[in-house]
Amino acid sequence: MAELFSTRTLGRWLPWLLIVLAALLLPVLLPPFRLNLLGRFLALGIAALGIDLIWGFTGLLSLGQGIFFALGGYALGMHLQLQALQPGQLPEFFSLYGVKALPAFWQPFHSALFTLFAIWLIPALVAGVLGYLVFRNRIKGVYFSILTQAALLVFFNFFNGQQKLINGTNGLKTDTARILGQLAGSDGMQRNLFWLTLVLVIGAFLLCRWLTGGRFGDALIAIRDDEPRLRFTGYNPTAYKTVVFAVAGALAGISGALYTVQSGIVSPQYMAVPFSIEMVIWVAVGGRGTLIGAVLGAVLINYAKSLVSEALPETWLFIQGGLFLLVVTALPDGLVGWWRSGGPGRIRAMVGWPAPAATYPELDLDPAVQAEKTEWQGGGR
Amino acid sequence: MDLFFDTLFNGMAIGSVLVLAALGLAVVFGLMGVINMAHGELMMIGAYTTFVVQNLVKNGPLEFLFPIYILVAIPIAFLVSGLVGLLLEKTVIRRLYGRPLETLLATWGVSLILQQFVRSVSTAFALGLVLAVAVGLLVPRLLPARWGRQRWAPLLDLGRWLLAALLGIGLASLLGGVRVLDQPWFSARNIDVTAPRWLRGSIDLGALNMPVARLFILALTALALLAVVWFLQKSVWGMRIRAVTQNRAMSDCLGIPTERVDALTFLVGSGLAGVAGVAVTLLGSVGPNLGGNYIVDCFMVVVLGGVGKLLGTVVAALGIGILSYVIGSGSLLLVWPAMPSALNALVSFFATTSMAKVLVFALIVLFLQFRPAGLFPQKGRMVEA
Repeated sequence: MAELFSTRTLGRWLPWLLIVLAALLLPVLLPPFRLNLLGRFLALGIAALGIDLIWGFTGLLSLGQGIFFALGGYALGMHLQLQALQPGQLPEFFSLYGVKALPAFWQPFHSALFTLFAIWLIPALVAGVLGYLVFRNRIKGVYFSILTQAALLVFFNFFNGQQKLINGTNGLKTDTARILGQLAGSDGMQRNLFWLTLVLVIGAFLLCRWLTGGRFGDALIAIRDDEPRLRFTGYNPTAYKTVVFAVAGALAGISGALYTVQSGIVSPQYMAVPFSIEMVIWVAVGGRGTLIGAVLGAVLINYAKSLVSEALPETWLFIQGGLFLLVVTALPDGLVGWWRSGGPGRIRAMVGWPAPAATYPELDLDPAVQAEKTEWQGGGR
Repeated sequence: MDLFFDTLFNGMAIGSVLVLAALGLAVVFGLMGVINMAHGELMMIGAYTTFVVQNLVKNGPLEFLFPIYILVAIPIAFLVSGLVGLLLEKTVIRRLYGRPLETLLATWGVSLILQQFVRSVSTAFALGLVLAVAVGLLVPRLLPARWGRQRWAPLLDLGRWLLAALLGIGLASLLGGVRVLDQPWFSARNIDVTAPRWLRGSIDLGALNMPVARLFILALTALALLAVVWFLQKSVWGMRIRAVTQNRAMSDCLGIPTERVDALTFLVGSGLAGVAGVAVTLLGSVGPNLGGNYIVDCFMVVVLGGVGKLLGTVVAALGIGILSYVIGSGSLLLVWPAMPSALNALVSFFATTSMAKVLVFALIVLFLQFRPAGLFPQKGRMVEA
């Protein structure tokens, strides 16, 4: 029994206990609106995990994750549009533009099974092809960022301009569709979606931990830190980068689909340039290279955003801009990174209670060391 | 033939704005390797400077200047944007040299702040800001100097900026109660600049109709380009900039003040963004979101042209301009009316401004697959190009 409560085992099962508790308690404690928001932000956490994989571990700063996010959202949105219809009927918006027949690429989305795969497979394939082309030519660093941003703009303009294919600027609504016989916008369904999101976030987290834990993860970190050296050692970075970029795309797609059903609409705004850059800052604030940081950052920043926007809408951009500056200049490893590298201890030391050295605690008590310390700190008189 | 000149002129007109907008970025990105996502916002500052200059001369004793206020606005916009850029370099970018991805994120943050600043700045807001900065800078002088050497000095820094922010916000909200002071200067609405009469008409050459404003922008672009080339190739400071670009450590050893060179390069690049902002006001109303419309295009121009090559920037921008116009206007259909129906459908599919952008950007991304370093690549033997 004592074994069960030792610090190590506690550290192992306590997080899971907390998650289960949260899953059970939050739907009771929070009003439906807040729960729905939390579900959305957790969904964004999945996209953030993908960004952490490619940026935090592999050093590829993609400013185009919105593409994959929106593709996942559109895949589900199209299915839900079709599902509500009688055979032979068209989604309502088509009649506005005088479209008589369903465009061919809509056809497979009648099938729920196809949609279930399309949500993550299409973004993964797009990411894989785009990534392979870019990585094969050894385009990297800021050029990669700029190219992904350009690709994002291509997709945005395309989806925004094509009323007849995909309802253009207006996007696709999912509120009124039915999922397994229940209205997608209803409170009960939203609670189920919250649980689904929670399960998928944990699943994505475990997947990412598994990916980054083994040799594959080592290769990713090697690409981030010194790619030519990895290449000279006989590895092929292109393959690794393509795979990890596709995985991040798939995660963004799942995230987009979950976000879509919980916010009730998918629109080209999901591919807007600022939104994709925002995704990066969630990871940066949470702590890049730490998986839990990505999820935490996504949830924290979005919650802060919704709270601030409700109270003082004009100030959010100032705060967000300040966050970008702060993270880059003062907290390069994010909150989790700061915590793990002994940040709280440093603050404690600043106010006068330095933590004792872990290896030789008796050193701190040595009068000679004490005297030298006070002298070095400018007297302290 | 008319169609050819029409296409050439309109394409050049689109392209010249791109050249002007991307010129500053080419200097900053090409020579210093700094990704400045706030470049578009520096353009916006230039545009708003033009607006302010116009309002100053419109009524009152300076009215005689109205016909040439655009010419007056150009150097002022250069200075204002340049000084904002200089401030940006001194406070943020200086700490981030050699970390381009971090610079990208930080300057994006700056761009958000600048956008919202333009939307919500009022007299009360500005006074609060001045107070906050003054308090933040003055507090350390008032405190005993030895406090700065204490182990808790970083906390003191944090504390003084928090105090400064609180005081600033307090003053701003206090003054915000007064209606006159609370009036936003620009607000979130778009602003319109009235061009002087001589810039409004157009010149007709047979079938070709050339708006004077477009011609003016073409001339301004050519002038700016000449000035930059002269500055970089002939002036002493231009030579120093090129030296630092080629080999920073060696330039430093030879006594070139590299920090001042960095600051100057950034000032010139930002100032050019301001000049581009003046030109943009002639094309229509502008708003706080102006920067977002140009920034991605500018980066594509610089990357396509080849980083660090002004000629590449010019060729790329004009090429993109002409291609966008050819695709967007669907004028291929006029040249070849009898084209097969499948091709016809394809051409008309892309014959809108936004779809033309889709195609042009897709083509650029494709082009970079074959020439990753752009049209005019830098030659080098490094593993890391």
